[in-house]
Amino acid sequence: MTDMAASLDQTQPRKTDWRGEAMQKRIARRYAAEQRFRLMGLGAVIMSSAFLAFLLFVMLGNGLGGFQRTEIRLDFDFPAATGGVSPATLEGPGANAAFASMDVASIFSIAAELQYGSEGDAYFSENAWTEVRSALADNPAMVGEKVQLWLPASSAIDIAAKGDGSKAAEADYAKLVQMDAVKTSFNTGFLTGSDGTDPAQVGIWGALKGSIITMIVTLVLAFPVGVLAAVYLEEYAPRNRWTDLIEVSINNLAAVPSIIFGLLGLAVFLQWMALPRSAALVGGLTLALMTMPVIVIAARNAIKAVPPSIREAALGVGASPVQVVFHHVLPLAIPGIMTGTIIGMARALGETAPLLMIGMRAFTTTPPQGLTDPATVLPVQIFLWSDEVNRGFVEKTSAAIIVLLLFLLTMNALAVYLRNRFETRW
Amino acid sequence: MTITAILFIIIGLGLISWVLGRIRASRFLVADRGTMNSLPSYHGWYTALWAIIPALLFITVWSSVAPSLGTFAVLEDPAAAKLPMDGFQRSAILSEARTLARNPDAQAFNPLARELAPVYAAADQRYAWIGALAAVLLCFAGAAYAFLRIKPDFRARTRVERVVMMTLLLASLIAIVATLGIVASLIFESIRFFSYVSPLEFLFGTQWNPRDTIPAEGSSGFGAIPLFWGTVFIGAIIAMIVAIPFGLMSAVYLTQYASANVRRWMKPILEVLAGVPTVVYGYFAALTVAPALREFAVAIGISSASSESALAAGLVMGIMIIPFVSSMADDSIAAVPNAMRDGSLAMGATKSETIKQVLIPAALPGVVGGVLLAVSRAIGETMIVVMAAGLAANLTANPFESVTTVTTQIVQLLTGDTDFNSPMTLAAFALGLTLFIVTLLLNLVALSIVKRYREAYD
Repeated sequence: MTDMAASLDQTQPRKTDWRGEAMQKRIARRYAAEQRFRLMGLGAVIMSSAFLAFLLFVMLGNGLGGFQRTEIRLDFDFPAATGGVSPATLEGPGANAAFASMDVASIFSIAAELQYGSEGDAYFSENAWTEVRSALADNPAMVGEKVQLWLPASSAIDIAAKGDGSKAAEADYAKLVQMDAVKTSFNTGFLTGSDGTDPAQVGIWGALKGSIITMIVTLVLAFPVGVLAAVYLEEYAPRNRWTDLIEVSINNLAAVPSIIFGLLGLAVFLQWMALPRSAALVGGLTLALMTMPVIVIAARNAIKAVPPSIREAALGVGASPVQVVFHHVLPLAIPGIMTGTIIGMARALGETAPLLMIGMRAFTTTPPQGLTDPATVLPVQIFLWSDEVNRGFVEKTSAAIIVLLLFLLTMNALAVYLRNRFETRW
Repeated sequence: MTITAILFIIIGLGLISWVLGRIRASRFLVADRGTMNSLPSYHGWYTALWAIIPALLFITVWSSVAPSLGTFAVLEDPAAAKLPMDGFQRSAILSEARTLARNPDAQAFNPLARELAPVYAAADQRYAWIGALAAVLLCFAGAAYAFLRIKPDFRARTRVERVVMMTLLLASLIAIVATLGIVASLIFESIRFFSYVSPLEFLFGTQWNPRDTIPAEGSSGFGAIPLFWGTVFIGAIIAMIVAIPFGLMSAVYLTQYASANVRRWMKPILEVLAGVPTVVYGYFAALTVAPALREFAVAIGISSASSESALAAGLVMGIMIIPFVSSMADDSIAAVPNAMRDGSLAMGATKSETIKQVLIPAALPGVVGGVLLAVSRAIGETMIVVMAAGLAANLTANPFESVTTVTTQIVQLLTGDTDFNSPMTLAAFALGLTLFIVTLLLNLVALSIVKRYREAYD
């Protein structure tokens, strides 16, 4: 301020000495500030992407183990244990009764105790004997022989094998390693099984199938309605209060928190229309209401991008307004509509909260068979597993997250591909 | 005769009438040398629509009428004379008989129900057949009517297009129906809730301790202030402290400094953050972030630190919100006219001075609008807070303590059996209504701010 006051006093303005020390300092300070600002921006971008990388790294680190399982070798002497059941009885209509009288579960525990001592039974997963049973059902001739089977280890041993177990389990595991009786293999059960109580036995197929059925319902409902509504609003709707109301509703629906849709589903579909609880049908209906505005908005943008010259040319050769849209505009807008639809569906696939509201958290050990069976979906399964106390569920939860992220990644990649491949620049 | 079978038959008949109508129209086309008003396929569609639509409408009406017709038939039956006169018991037995008729393995507590079940089954069967027969007849009648109307000068296209336009209009009305459904269900259940608890107590009470029965005196346990505070604390304070600087600086860097190549790669990567499902963020917050924060808090001497802290949920939610803030800021910075930026640079300002003193002030309304949208998104977010924020309704400003939010409590109140007569279930709807109104207002304010600012430069 004093500088300025001084310069005002003089009648002749003093020339600024750009090369003077004060000026140089000032410029250096301004450049330093510039550098700092730039680095802050870079830092923000790097931190954000580093967080994403960290999240994926944690999920991969925790979850990859979920795709593997630890198996323990177990020798069976079936002729001695069963007292000579003939293979023929295990086939045909009487097979179930034969298995029941054989009592595979106790044969299994006796074999385990013979081989690994009195605690041997506990080394194996709770339901390991069912694998013995299905192995016998697949190959009845085995019952007349001595065989060696690799059966899933208990959750405690499994965690120990992955290097994170309790003291006792580590000791058991070390013992098994010394006996050369343990190996890890790819856990096909995780991809084909359903929910359960024993983390060594659970799988995601039940939840995945529930997700697939729900998504089909969502797509079948939301896609036609969304596209038709977009066509109406973009091509035919007169400018009046009704149209404004429709537009406001659609924009509003797109911004409503997803949990509100769950409340709607609970009050309207379950309470008022008395549809079955936990069913994929209700989940699909609820998600369709959520996805429809996304599709409408995407479809409107795609239709808007078709140049008016196309419409005018079609009208010029005598097409009716409906023919113009359905023969010319829509086919050209389809890639854009597909992209928007896939992105909307990806969002619906990752959605959890509204489905919790309508009870899609059913504990079912078999995959749903139809639209009205109790079902769960992949994100809800992740949520349910994350609540489990058993430590074995940590890696299963992360593994399920990996599967979910892979699906979302595939869908988004498909959307990007469609956009790049079919998008026309006018 | 199941509904599905009837639907298939009707669709099949529709296909056949499409083909027949088309063939008939093509004959005319050949005979008249192309002076027909509409193309043959429009005549086909016209016939098919006449075959399908009346039959479908009939089935919709019939399937809502048939059950009560079945009940009438049962009441006529001599066995029904034994029914008690009391209306409640009467309908209980009837509905039990109906369940039995549909599913013979079902449990029956009343011997009379077992007696009435076959009557019910027979009546249901009879009306199903009558309905199916009528629908198919209607289908034939419609197709025949349309078929006979096919003439060279018949305007089939206009009529088909009228149906198409009706369908388009109906599709777009579904959005209004859905909005009305949301508003109606929220308001209806909330009114029932407010008959138990006064709205003032709900909005301004500080005790949140929901129970099935409301004590006659003292606090009702439905004071939602701790929930509102928790929601604001996590969604509007902690999450925004993370999201605003990171989102804004990322947008500034990517639009003003980064080369085109960097921008091409970094923008989609940031957008992936918005595409990760919230349940994944929630799991990450609960599994990794919350324990780490707790250890940190204990290490710096805050012994009250909870393993479900507001900070963990808020931090992770803030990171989820970064792309929203960033893309809104990106848009509003891009909307600032280049002349303003160039003018500032020409005066000798450095880039950062231009950004700080020209671009951001000019883009501020857009940025504020974007932040409001982000807040509305954050307070409606459910899974992260359900998994990481906890259930204790604390009124605390200590970020290391556990707080609970509106969405967490909605999930909590509605898990398990939902009894629509319990104030606990209804409270979830009252919370939902509050959340709906607040997010709606935030969105409206944000959009009007953005709109007004856009007009200033156009």
